[in-house]
Order: sequence, then structure tokens, then C-alpha cells
Amino acid sequence: MKENIKFIQGNEACVEGALYAGLEFFAGYPITPSTEIAELMSYRLPQKGCRFIQMEDEIASMSAIIGASLTGHKVMTATSGPGFSLMQEALGYAVMAEIPCVIVNVQRGGPSTGIPTHVSQGDVNQARWGTHGDHAIVTLTASNHQDVFAMTVEGFNIAETYRTPVILLFDEVIGHMRERLVVPEEGEIPLVERLRTSVSEGVDYHPYLPREDGRLPMSDFGGVHRYNVTGLFHDMWGFPSDNPQVVHDLLRHLVDKINNNVNQITNFKSYYLDDAESVLISYGSSARSALHVVELLRPRGERIGLLELQTLWPFPDQLVRRTCEHAKHVIVVEMNMGQILQEVRRVVDQPRKVFLANRIDGVFITPRDIRNIMRLVQGKGV
Amino acid sequence: MAIKDYIRERFFPHIWCPGCGHGTVMNSLLRALESLGMSRNEIVMVSGIGCSSRISGYVDFHTLHTIHGRALAFATGVKLSRPELNLIVPMGDGDALAIGGNHFIHAARRNIDITAIVMNNRIYGMTGGQFSPLSGYGTMATTAPYSNIDHAFDTVELAIAAGATFVARSTSYHVKQLSKILRDAILHEGFSVVEVLSQCPTYFGRKNRAGSAVDMMEQYKNDTTPIGSKAKKENPDLIERGIFVQKEMPEYCREYDKIIEKAMKGN
Amino acid sequence: MGKLKLKEHVITREWCKGCGICVHFCPKQVLELDDQDKVFAARREDCICCELCELRCPDLAIEIETEQGSE
Ligand SMILES: Cc1ncc(C[n+]2csc(CCOP(=O)(O)OP(=O)(O)O)c2C)c(N)n1
Ligand code: SF4
Ligand SMILES: [Mg+2]
Repeated sequence: MKENIKFIQGNEACVEGALYAGLEFFAGYPITPSTEIAELMSYRLPQKGCRFIQMEDEIASMSAIIGASLTGHKVMTATSGPGFSLMQEALGYAVMAEIPCVIVNVQRGGPSTGIPTHVSQGDVNQARWGTHGDHAIVTLTASNHQDVFAMTVEGFNIAETYRTPVILLFDEVIGHMRERLVVPEEGEIPLVERLRTSVSEGVDYHPYLPREDGRLPMSDFGGVHRYNVTGLFHDMWGFPSDNPQVVHDLLRHLVDKINNNVNQITNFKSYYLDDAESVLISYGSSARSALHVVELLRPRGERIGLLELQTLWPFPDQLVRRTCEHAKHVIVVEMNMGQILQEVRRVVDQPRKVFLANRIDGVFITPRDIRNIMRLVQGKGV
Repeated sequence: MAIKDYIRERFFPHIWCPGCGHGTVMNSLLRALESLGMSRNEIVMVSGIGCSSRISGYVDFHTLHTIHGRALAFATGVKLSRPELNLIVPMGDGDALAIGGNHFIHAARRNIDITAIVMNNRIYGMTGGQFSPLSGYGTMATTAPYSNIDHAFDTVELAIAAGATFVARSTSYHVKQLSKILRDAILHEGFSVVEVLSQCPTYFGRKNRAGSAVDMMEQYKNDTTPIGSKAKKENPDLIERGIFVQKEMPEYCREYDKIIEKAMKGN
Repeated sequence: MGKLKLKEHVITREWCKGCGICVHFCPKQVLELDDQDKVFAARREDCICCELCELRCPDLAIEIETEQGSE
């Protein structure tokens, strides 16, 4: 095998993607099914002269990567449900203080300790609303290792472009499954590097004043510009403010910088959608089974297609609405009680034509499971 | 540079109450830094949440005002990713030892080169006078209206047991000692802990009939003594001041440099 | 060269909160609070330039400015 062709776990593909994107600092705490990411990082990062630290918990891990991001590094942490719950306060801090960072959640079944070694996609809404207060967030996912790699790189690019935390919401099946990954050549996927201020020493630098294009150039801690970073509402210098105008404008900015760029942030894949009467919508590992169903039924003449979402948040309202416009029925395939289903129903013209094909028992949803539900939907009986 | 060159004057007067010891701790810290002649660009101050943590807004360094209890974890990320920077982490007693207790002992255990300052007013000042893990048995607080049955940590003993390689205590009364200790703590390579008894006249003082800021400082004068003094032998209730531990141990970031060396050789 | 001698008590009135720490702990009782609870040097000639007021002030509101005394 050539060196750039690998047969590895999804968790390893994520590590490869992160290193390709220029990751320089990782802090984490072991938890199934994400642990391999931390293990591999501890091995690989020092080989590039970069740093790994195992912190005392996930709160500390999230906090440490924020600190390391401020010194000008690309940073990441990885966890699963219980750890992701612990990270929420610091995640909100990263939103508020506009810190580029990437958080991987390899989902397992919850609530609580749940079912650690089995698959689930139950954290979709937690990714969206886990931290308190109004905010916008970016969440990406993938259904195969090549895409895990690509979405990891994309995650870092989005984090840097919009100065925001990005959540990579994988799942146990993706994390642990082994398949082929072809690591792209250097330069094959463009990388977004940290945008640093061109303001020179002695000139007033505004860390929280967006440029005309909406981006906020940063200055590394340790550099010539000394400024304040806080989780309180703050003015353009980063100083706490409770001025209603400042508070309003900052919250709008935090939400708008993401929501006004939905199209740029949206990643998806479409299969046979042009003439589809039955539209499947899925993401993550369950999209594999959904695609299998589509590829099975197409040759039999069924007009069925798949929209595979890779960007879950911000939810691509327009894309989903357009895709479902002419469908007779829409079936959302996921391994939770209908978290993306809710979103699809929210955006389509006829919510009643949207159905759920799911499993919530820790067992991977199979093409047969999906077909059984489709037969019900199509009135064919099981 | 003069003291005023180290502060962000436009935010003064600060938010602390009249007579709050936290202002004096800041004063002593600035003098320590001034005497070291450190460049402001090399200093990163990381704080959590509390009255004490507001200090980061007033000093003209790279300042990171984080979330309650987690300052040391943020600081660990800053330090490990840029070891040449000087990290100063002032914390409240609740911040450092209740919600942040776990980070405190683990930062000490790693012996990462950070200067931790525990501004101990034995109360939750910011939230209005609830007891903290340093209030101590028998004190009064808004959440201990019948008197507190929680026992206090001894910050110094805790820090030593956890592995801190520089551990000291002083008070807002003993400003010359405090400044000197802070200076030594910053110069120390490894995890240093400086506990400063810092009066909160507004809540601890009122709740415990401890009088004004001045009265509370008189108490610091009368109730403390240099480490190992004769007075301590005669009156074991006196609280000792000074440097308890100062020892050389491998520092975390330097150790990690060795890991990098090993990993790179293996390639 | 002579001893350091007082030039001025530089007081930032807007920063002084009148806590009285400097007044109480001044070894020579040089300082007092005025009717607006702001510190002033009532007996400046007694000042020994120990700077304890400056070092203890929680508000960074008082500074002892010295000059070389001519002997
Ligand atoms: C997670 C979380 N819990 C609770 C609080 C509320 N809170 C803010 S400051 C504080 C305690 C402050 O006491 P201390 O750390 O001793 O600092 P001081 O104000 O006394 O200087 C608390 C409980 C918070 N901000 N965040
Ligand atoms: S409440 Fe207490 S700790 Fe807070 S500023 Fe006032 S005196 Fe200081
Ligand atoms: Mg306190």
C-alpha cells in the first residue's frame, strides 16, 4: 500500500484530517468511543514538535484548548456524551470570546453514562443548544472516512474563518469502523490559516471589531497587542460592558456571522435527487444504510434519492426545503427520536409528508430497518 | 516603569468596595512585577469569576477573564502552547478551591510554571456572602445563617500535598513581605501558590462582626506570625506567614520538550 | 547625596474611596480624611516617606513623591 493510503478507524481518520489542517495543540480526557483520538494525538503531535496534554477532566480540556488557541495555535479536543456535557460552559465561552477551536463528539447512547460502546446520534440538539443563552454554532458530520477527513479539515477552516468553535459530531460506528482513507496531497484541500492583524505596535488594535468582510483579525497572546478576553458582553476592545447597544450588537454579531453565511458553511451530498419522489434525509453513519437503500431500489425503478447532510448546524433550511419540494414523502433516517426530523418538518411546506426511520436501541440502523418503515409509509405494509 | 504603566487607567476607580483587600493584592503584585522589570508583553494574566478575578481587567498585560473555577485550566493551555510566557493566575478562595479545586491540585501535581495567587477573603464576595471552603467552622455566611459546619482547607498544606514546588502565605497588611513573596513566586520555575489573606469588609466582615477593613487588617497583624517563630510555639493558633516550600523539581513544559525530542528522534 | 525627602503626597482623589487604611496605619499620623471622605496630608511635615500608605492603598490612589535631600 502506498503511504498515503490507509486502512484505519474513523477516529484515526479524524486525527489525520486534523494534522493535515495544521493542528498544533490537543487537550483531552479519555472516553469511549473517542479515546483513540487522544491516544493517537499523544503519539503524533510531539513528532511534529507540537503538544498534547491529558487534562483532569473535559472542562479542563475545553478550557486548555481555548487558552492555546489564544497563543495563535490550531487546537482541538475530543470526547463523547458525558464529556461533551461537561464542556458546555467553556464551549459557550469560546462562542462569546470568538475563539477558533474544534470539538469532536463521537456520539454514544445517552442520557447519562448510557450505552458507551454502542452507537447513537442523540446529541444533535445538544450540539445546537447545549450551552446556555442565544447563540449560533457550527456542527459538521460525516458518513465515511474520506469525509471524516474532509469535514475535519473543513471544521478547522470554518473555525478560523468565522472565529468560532466548530463541533464535529461523529458517532460510534464511524469512530470505530475500519475502512480506506486516501490522505490527500499537501495543498489538495485548501487550508484557512489564522487571520492576524496588520495593525502595528503602538497603534490601537480592536480584537472585537469586525472588518468590512465580517472577519476579525486576531493577535496572539504574547504579541505586541495586549487586550482583554472575557465571557462577559464586551466592547470592541474586549472590555466588559452592559451598555444595551453593545450587548445587542454583540449578540447579533455572534449569531449573524454564522447565520448569514449558511450557504458557505453548508456541506452536503446528494444522490439521485433530481427526480426523487421519495427523499431520504440522513447524516453520519445512518446515511450509509440510507444510501444502500437508495442504491438497491433505484435499479428497480423506484424514484428514490438521498440528501446526506454534513453540516447539521446552522441547519440548511433552504437546501432542505428545495430538496423536499416535489417529494411525495420525505423520510429522515437517524439514530435518535427525531432530532433532525423536527428541523426538516420545520422547514418543509408540508410537514405531514415527513416521516422518521430510526433506531434508538444502540443497534446500528440497517437498510432493512429503513425499508420496513418505508413500506409502511408507502402504504405497502410490512 | 512606574506602577501606573502596568494598569489600564481608564477603568479606574475599580469596582472593588472601599477597603477591599483585593486592591492591595493588586498593588503588591504590580510592585513585584515592576521590581522585576518584566515587559508587559511577556505576561499573561488568567482569572476566573469573582470579585478577585476582576483584577485582570485592570492590568495592562495579555488578560484572559474566563469562567468560574477554570482559570488554571485555561492558563495551562496558554503556558504549554507558549512556554516562554509568564503566567499569573489570581483566584478567589471559592474560585480556586471549591469549583476550581480539582484544577488546582492537578496544576500543582504537574508542576507547570504558573504563579497561582489565592486571594482568600473566606467568603464568596461576588455573589454576596455565601461561605467558601476557606470560611471555616463556626463562621457566619448568608448560606450558613446558623453558623458554618463545613471545615476549611488549609491552602498551604493542600498545595504542598498536591505537589506545588513554591508555597507561601502572606496578608494584605504585610505588603512588603507580600510583594517580595510574589516576586519570588514569579521567579520560581514551577507551580507556585501564594495564599493572601485579603479582607472582604462588605460580606465576611459584616457577617462575622469583624469590623472595618482596618480592623480586619489589625487582625491579620495580630493573628499571624513568621514561619517557625517563637510566638507560634507559644500560641499555636497563630497563622504562619512566609515561604513554606521552595524546591527545584522538573517543570512540566520542559519535561514536554523532552517528549518532543524523543518523539522526533523516533521518526 | 542626602536622604530621600518628601516632595509631595500625590493623591488621585477620584480613585480614593475613603476606606481609611492609609490614615490608620500611617506611623506618623500624617493623613486624614476630609469632609468628602477623601484622603489628604494634614501634617505633611511629619512624613517619613515610609510609603506604607502607597503600598497598602487598595485603590492605587496615593503616591509618595520624593526627591534627594540636599545636606
Ligand atoms: C459555574 C458557576 N457557578 C456559580 C457562579 C456564581 N459565582 C460567581 S463568583 C462566585 C464565587 C466568588 O467567590 P470567590 O471565588 O471566593 O471570589 P471573591 O468574589 O470572594 O473574590 C460564584 C459562586 C458562576 N459564575 N459560575
Ligand atoms: S464584596 Fe468583598 S471581595 Fe467583593 S469587592 Fe467588596 S469587599 Fe471586595
Ligand atoms: Mg472569596
